[in-house]
Amino acid sequence: MAEKNIYLPYLMRVAKVTDEAPAVKTFRLEFVNPEDADNFDFNTGQFGLYSAFGEGESTFCIASSPTRKGYIECTFRAVGRVTHALAAKEEGDIIGFRGPYGNLFPIEEWRGKNLLFVAGGIALPPLRSVIWNCLDQRDGFRDITVVYGARSVADLVYKYELRDWQERADIDLAVTVDPGGETHDWKGKVGFVPPIVEQLAPRSENTIAIVCGPPIMIKHTLPLLETLGFTSDCIYTTLENRMKCGLGKCGRCNTGRSFICKDGPVYTLAQLQELPAEY
Amino acid sequence: MATTLKISAASLAALFAVLGDAGRRILGPAEVDGRIELKAVRTLAEVAGDQIQPVLSAKETAFPRVERLLSYRMAPGKVELQDYDPEVQPTVLFGLRPCEAAGFNSLDAVFNWDTRDKFFNARREQLTVVGLSCTQADDACFCTSVGGGPGSTKGSDILLTPLPEGGYLAEILTERGEALKDLAPALFQPANGEDKEAMLAKVEPSFEHQGLAAKLPGLFTSDIWAEQSLRCIGCGACAFVCPTCVCFDIQEEADTKQGQRLRCWDSCGLRQFTLHASGHNPRSAQSERWRQRIYHKFGYFAERFGGPMCVGCGKCSRACPVDMNLKEHLTQVYEV
Amino acid sequence: MEALRTKAKELLAQGEVQVVIGYEAGTAGVRRPCFVRTAESAIRLVWDTNCIGNLAGYLTRPEIKRFGKPAIVANNAVLRSLLQLVAERQLQQDAVLALAVAQDGVVTELPTAQAVEDYLAISPGGLSAADREKMEHLAQLSREERWTFWQRELERCIKCYACRSSCPMCYCGHCTMDCNRPQWVSVPSHALGNLEYHTVRAMHLAGRCVQCGECGRACPVGIPIHLLTCYAEESVHRQFGQQAGTRAKLDYALGAFRPDDKESFIR
Repeated sequence: MAEKNIYLPYLMRVAKVTDEAPAVKTFRLEFVNPEDADNFDFNTGQFGLYSAFGEGESTFCIASSPTRKGYIECTFRAVGRVTHALAAKEEGDIIGFRGPYGNLFPIEEWRGKNLLFVAGGIALPPLRSVIWNCLDQRDGFRDITVVYGARSVADLVYKYELRDWQERADIDLAVTVDPGGETHDWKGKVGFVPPIVEQLAPRSENTIAIVCGPPIMIKHTLPLLETLGFTSDCIYTTLENRMKCGLGKCGRCNTGRSFICKDGPVYTLAQLQELPAEY
Repeated sequence: MATTLKISAASLAALFAVLGDAGRRILGPAEVDGRIELKAVRTLAEVAGDQIQPVLSAKETAFPRVERLLSYRMAPGKVELQDYDPEVQPTVLFGLRPCEAAGFNSLDAVFNWDTRDKFFNARREQLTVVGLSCTQADDACFCTSVGGGPGSTKGSDILLTPLPEGGYLAEILTERGEALKDLAPALFQPANGEDKEAMLAKVEPSFEHQGLAAKLPGLFTSDIWAEQSLRCIGCGACAFVCPTCVCFDIQEEADTKQGQRLRCWDSCGLRQFTLHASGHNPRSAQSERWRQRIYHKFGYFAERFGGPMCVGCGKCSRACPVDMNLKEHLTQVYEV
Repeated sequence: MEALRTKAKELLAQGEVQVVIGYEAGTAGVRRPCFVRTAESAIRLVWDTNCIGNLAGYLTRPEIKRFGKPAIVANNAVLRSLLQLVAERQLQQDAVLALAVAQDGVVTELPTAQAVEDYLAISPGGLSAADREKMEHLAQLSREERWTFWQRELERCIKCYACRSSCPMCYCGHCTMDCNRPQWVSVPSHALGNLEYHTVRAMHLAGRCVQCGECGRACPVGIPIHLLTCYAEESVHRQFGQQAGTRAKLDYALGAFRPDDKESFIR
């Protein structure tokens, strides 16, 4: 008889706070109840609803890799009521987490392929989960290329990991900032993401492209990838509509025949083209 | 399992007393402050007779306008969560129109596909729906266009249909209906070939919902949505009175020490529904929100759950401050 | 009605206006808003005693504004709203051509706010007799009885915001009710949320409400919510001697200081 309350979050302790960029933070979250930690599993690409008790819930992806057990990480920008309240949390504070929700990046299907990641600004976190997942099983994939851009050097997230990736031989990384966003000692590229991708001219053969970023970046990157020979079923992205339940009930994220919280957030370009552009 | 019986008006009145004695709350359309509302009644005499249906739907009995989902206490470095179970009383919904009764099927689908919503289910399981067939209809009604009818049994546990010679035909449709009848089996008599159709309202179909659904994919970029929605003022009246609209918001109410999470009705017609904190709005124009309402009900929902998310009750049309008559609009779309 | 159709046809044919906002026949005798954009479709327009809705809310809606210059079929409520919108700088003095229709069907063109003001000076309109009676009834009740009355009425509120959406003076792009940093007003339609919403709204309309009663008509559950805004409006009228919707140049009574303002409310 006693049914489960599907709206009840896990209690999570903020184990580590990292300042990434202006108003952008990363939390490492650990389960308050060790049993929850043991039973918890997720797939790369999934998201959750994070509670700041007293203010409400906000939706964003799990930015860590499922290969790293015992914790999850999320990266968010303080924009609204909940994210501002979350941003005020310190190490040791308790927040809530509901999830994991949604579908996944089908990385098992990508084994033996080249991977091209293209990310802009605050949209690197969902791809970071995939990148680490693949790097942690490096033998399973061929070339891994990452193109990441932000408005300015200060706006780049995971700077410490970008440095690591830069040094690793098994991943090609191009980091760029918009013209005018560079500092005097900036050693990376300067320019918008799409032209940088164009310069790199990645091979489309046996390659999966995973793209996530602001609409303007997406708008210019997708046609470019198609010109490079990527077919629409080999290009993936992840959407983030406003959500309240994450369970396909509240109706908020409904876009076309899709509930982004259930049928998404991960879509191929081919699937996206079937949906109305209401995201 | 359906069995067809008869019940006289006097026996029906007596059934009310039996239900009361059995601890059942009875909710029925009755007059309150000059308005017909769904309210707790004790006798058949209190139930409003000559009326189409109340403004608000009965969905509130399973999906209240505001309800608690959980609560919590906060202290430095500590949060104590409290689950919540709604207090529910066994309830008979008496005199629900067949359209409204059918509305529960849509709610059941959304609240229980994929994951089960215990709040909805706890209330829903305590409801017994005694439907009452329609002997009158108005210009807003279109049940027969969406798979229902003035005597449709969908969603009712017992359906009563008035008979010309007085009394009612009583179709016992489900186990819950059977259980209710078994509280006073002597009040019911066997039916004897009475004509159920005799007193039923005539509702001519205006369109055909499968045909409508088939039209929608080709009309997404049509001007018809902007044209139809010009007078729409963007309030939530249509969704809030709708027996099938289920969209909701989750709101937090708290002080520094404790708080609760509340679910409340929301509507895709409201601008804030999809508005991101960043200011971006995927459906920024009213025409896009109107289109979403139609597509969700007659396209997306139908595709996922196998029928329209609309029972043709016409509540939205009657409640609309600017006469956005749904039947008229759907007929227009159908005839494009 | 023929005079109105002829006038609308003429205005549209000559390009003097691009849209005529008026009433058309709706469901079961209801008169609903319509937007006539071609001379041929002027035939849709109707005018009779059922044309009671206030159409002025459409004058500030982007979907309607993009059509170009509007004419609006105007009852007194529309005219008062027009003046108030001009006073609040939401409309230019001559941005709208008001078509006042008299009971005998004669159409008077009111091209400027001044013309509207002059017309209203002769025939001001205002609260209906029935509403006046209800207001007086409420005024006679004791404080406790009035509180009970409103509690009972507001209990019905489902927060669909039809009152706000139908109000010509609720034109704000970002309403206080939707503000969540801070969350000024509780969102759910429980007792507190409803009380906060309606009292805040009434306060925001004090000195701005043209007493058209549109919010009360819009309410799906039949709350006579206009009585609250009308009360707030009349209170400002009593205190400061000015009335919304009577002049095109009107300082907001609660936002402007005048040396002769009464101070009796400060205790």
